[in-house]
Amino acid sequence: MTRLTLDKLTVLRGACPVIDAVTLAVGPGECVGLIGPNGAGKTTLMRGALGLLPHRGHSSLAALPERARAQACAWMPQTREIAWPVSVETLIALGRIPHLPRGARLRDTDRRAVDAAIAHMGLDGLRTRTATQLSGGEQARVLIARALAQDTPLLMADEPIAGLDPAGQIATMQIFAGLARGGRSVIASLHDLGLAARHCTRLVLLGAGRLVADGPPAEVLTQANLRQVFGVSAFFEQTAQGPVFQPLDILREDG
Amino acid sequence: MRLALVLSLLCAALFIGSLVTGAVPVTAGQSLLALIRDDGTPLSVVMREIRLPRALLGMMVGGSLGLAGAAMQGYLRNPLAEPGLIGVSAAAGLGAVLALQTGAALWFALALPTAALASALVAVALILTLAGPRGSSLTLILAGIAISALASALTSLVLNLSPNPFAAADIVFWMLGSLADRSLSHVWIALPFMVVGWALLGALGRGLDALTLGEDAAQAMGVALPRVRLALVVGTAASVGAATAVAGAIGFVGLVVPHVLRPFVGGRPSRLLWASALGGAAMVLAADIAVRVLLPERDLKLGVLMALVGAPLFLHLIYKTRGEMR
Repeated sequence: MTRLTLDKLTVLRGACPVIDAVTLAVGPGECVGLIGPNGAGKTTLMRGALGLLPHRGHSSLAALPERARAQACAWMPQTREIAWPVSVETLIALGRIPHLPRGARLRDTDRRAVDAAIAHMGLDGLRTRTATQLSGGEQARVLIARALAQDTPLLMADEPIAGLDPAGQIATMQIFAGLARGGRSVIASLHDLGLAARHCTRLVLLGAGRLVADGPPAEVLTQANLRQVFGVSAFFEQTAQGPVFQPLDILREDG
Repeated sequence: MRLALVLSLLCAALFIGSLVTGAVPVTAGQSLLALIRDDGTPLSVVMREIRLPRALLGMMVGGSLGLAGAAMQGYLRNPLAEPGLIGVSAAAGLGAVLALQTGAALWFALALPTAALASALVAVALILTLAGPRGSSLTLILAGIAISALASALTSLVLNLSPNPFAAADIVFWMLGSLADRSLSHVWIALPFMVVGWALLGALGRGLDALTLGEDAAQAMGVALPRVRLALVVGTAASVGAATAVAGAIGFVGLVVPHVLRPFVGGRPSRLLWASALGGAAMVLAADIAVRVLLPERDLKLGVLMALVGAPLFLHLIYKTRGEMR
């Protein structure tokens, strides 16, 4: 049973395809890193897969009715928006919206899910704080907890580690990897290939809207792929401390 | 829940206060008795046909403005949004001005609110066409600004071409906003539209809560944004259009009330909806009592007083919260 199936998914902007016939299947227990240069279509692929953009081809998520889709996949947009000064607990409880019957208040199961998400992200001390007054890193953790409270088999996140300090980045990736080990699936777009190589079970490389490579990190982060798609060379070795990836030089001038 | 109780009691007290405030020198007990028991005295007529509609309209208009303001701020995720933003008030004003100018308002009593309502509905149709079914909240605001500007320009044109200064003065005074000399028929023409508006806006709570996380996240949580937007625009048009049609332009309620009450509901847009409705009703009732008490012989307009009180209050709020704003 796959968590997401894309069959020739195409998203057009005007007449020009931003995502061009991408076929992909993500199963349980996978932590998928979606990588590619700026403008490769990472965000568009995920939004198209969710049905947030008009698209051609098939996406198993977009084909679901709104409520069922919201129970199948939690989505963390890149902009960490918290519009109103609500408490951390209230914000995390927003994740329960897809599960609540119309007009109902939080039930016991909802409270348990919220408590579990708070415990998972170590946010007990921040519970009653005002979310808008937290630091950027704390807000990022609160928003992950919000997505966890949605309690979906699949979590999709757009650049979840952008703007976090190294510890925050590693902690976030470890949480995603842990979710995958627990049987959930995670798809996250990433720019830090080093963290992607260390924590993801699988990488999907996008270049100019097309799927260029798809597989375990060692098979995707080849010198040829890196040169063709990113235009960089890199050091990539399996070391005693696990896989280490470091981009080295720009190989082409692209203005 | 204590907030609900406090606001409800405040509304009830101000409603009674509005009923017993007026030019006729009688005690509160006498006037309330005359309202309940139709004893055929002039006081009974005053209570039933002048003060009761005035108090009812104060509550309805204030509730509509407060509710629509909270919904609009919640949808746009902007504490500076107000119901007039989508051009409904300006359009309703234009309809009313046309009714005054053409003399239609003299032919039958309800020509003015009817024209105002019709014009508000036309504005909504235009806005929905302009903004399109998938448009962002920005297109909605821009469409609203365009419609507002057009309606204001046409209103100015009508004033400009007005045949005599008295007609122009009539129009200007109407536009200042007031609840004086309204009848129960005003209540009956506004109420159905307002009820529809309240129902549409009141049901937005969950969608607005989800929008706290942004449009994308809300949509991914199963909130159908196009439907939320349609309900918001139509609900605001119906309730605020009806409010403007019977009371003229009354600003600041939809802007200030949600802002004042937000801290008391923990920032939650869904709880702010009903709190703002009650708060708006209380604010308009209080202001309408004030215009009668402050300058009983000069017919101080409600809209003027509201702006005079609202603007400094708003400044104070900005001053107080400027540290928290990003």
